[in-house]
Amino acid sequence: MTGAEEHFVSLEGVTKRFDELVVLQGIDLTVDLHQVVCLIGASGSGKSTLLRCVNLLEVVDEGTIVVDGETITNGNVDTNALRRKIGIVFQAFNLFPHMTVMQNITLAPRKTRGLSKAEAKTQARDLLARIGLLEKADEYPDRLSGGQQQRVAIARALAMSPTLMLLDEVTSALDPQLVSEVLNLVRELATTGMTMIIATHEMSFAREVADKVCFLDGGMILEEGPPDQIFSSPAEERTREFLARIIEAGRL
Amino acid sequence: MGKFLHAFFSPLGLRRAVPQIWDGFQTNIKLMVVAELLVLIFALLIAIVRGLPGRSTFPLRALAIGYTDFFRGTPLILVAYVWGFGIPALHAGFISNRSLFQYGIISLTLVYTAYVTEVYRAGIESVHPSQRMAARSLGLTYAQTLRHVVLPQAIRRVVPPLLNDFIGLQKDTAIITVIGVTEALAQAGFYSNDFFLYTGYSVAAVFFVILTIPFARFTDRLIKERERRERAQLV
Repeated sequence: MTGAEEHFVSLEGVTKRFDELVVLQGIDLTVDLHQVVCLIGASGSGKSTLLRCVNLLEVVDEGTIVVDGETITNGNVDTNALRRKIGIVFQAFNLFPHMTVMQNITLAPRKTRGLSKAEAKTQARDLLARIGLLEKADEYPDRLSGGQQQRVAIARALAMSPTLMLLDEVTSALDPQLVSEVLNLVRELATTGMTMIIATHEMSFAREVADKVCFLDGGMILEEGPPDQIFSSPAEERTREFLARIIEAGRL
Repeated sequence: MGKFLHAFFSPLGLRRAVPQIWDGFQTNIKLMVVAELLVLIFALLIAIVRGLPGRSTFPLRALAIGYTDFFRGTPLILVAYVWGFGIPALHAGFISNRSLFQYGIISLTLVYTAYVTEVYRAGIESVHPSQRMAARSLGLTYAQTLRHVVLPQAIRRVVPPLLNDFIGLQKDTAIITVIGVTEALAQAGFYSNDFFLYTGYSVAAVFFVILTIPFARFTDRLIKERERRERAQLV
């Protein structure tokens, strides 16, 4: 556990199995305050599972995770309180379809942080203005485009004033022309100093916003470093192969 | 043919039968309204219990499963006999001193709660796990997630099958006649005994149909609207 205090998030030897399948194998990772860490790697390499372990949507089988000085993997942590500090945004948005945009954003602050309806609404309006969707406050999610829905999902997470944001392939379900509006918002979050762990297939975006890039392969972090190093001169053969395939697909 | 018309649709008979059957039918309406309200509440509670997570809640879940299995498989008429005749015969104080109407309510509620629990449960399970995950990831508790995210979506989806079960319940209020509750069917029986005419049964049938048809049309409309909404979502 030495050194855990210095980092905002630190994972040590995190292992996760689904029955026989080992999804994460001895992951070591540290994230400092205001740092943006991008996780890259093929589908099934463990990126999403890693993110879910950090806010305890998945229970780790071995290893420890420390967030903000608190060990969250020893079973004594208040899961709900922890999740209020950590925002997560999913690939499929997962907005609540029976609620308006406004209700989606105000639900958790009202129910878990004791905000009054008026306070929560004021805060939500500020967030909606920030993401440029104030006029959609009373719409239902189904009437928004994918990009708009994802921005609302980000606003919904931000409404809890999280100290850490986990983004799980937030643009993977979007039409190409809608990707940039979401990435712009994430970029803005990064410039405001939000600590983030981002699983992504958008390599040029990762290169631009990341302080550190981790390449996952078969549930292990095969290689990590500053983006320039990972993208320009990767040390591992597997990383080179992965990046070559990405370039072939025209995504870098 | 003339004989048949005279027996079931005698004009003079109709005039006499309608008020008498209506007198009984009001009891059917009371039975169904009270039973439906109770069923709505109890079935929701039992469906929630059946979905509880964790090993420690297993006894509760087992109890709920046992209840639904038992009362879904038991004929209503049998349950009604047990409550209407068996329980009073025990002379066990409070529980044996209820009115026949109350035993009727208990029987209908016990049997239909078992059906409706399954309807609710299907609705709860139809809400995609990612909805629960999203709610929990915002820090909402299990109960808050159920209350604000899962149940509103689940209940919306099960309204049509729910109304379908209630149509069944409305008709089955007639079964409560077997324990001596004077409802429409009982009145129809009295009528035929008094006048040697079956017109009372025709009138009772019409009453039941008149009550269920609007219910059925309402259900149809709900289903149609939902289909329209879901098609719109595909665009």
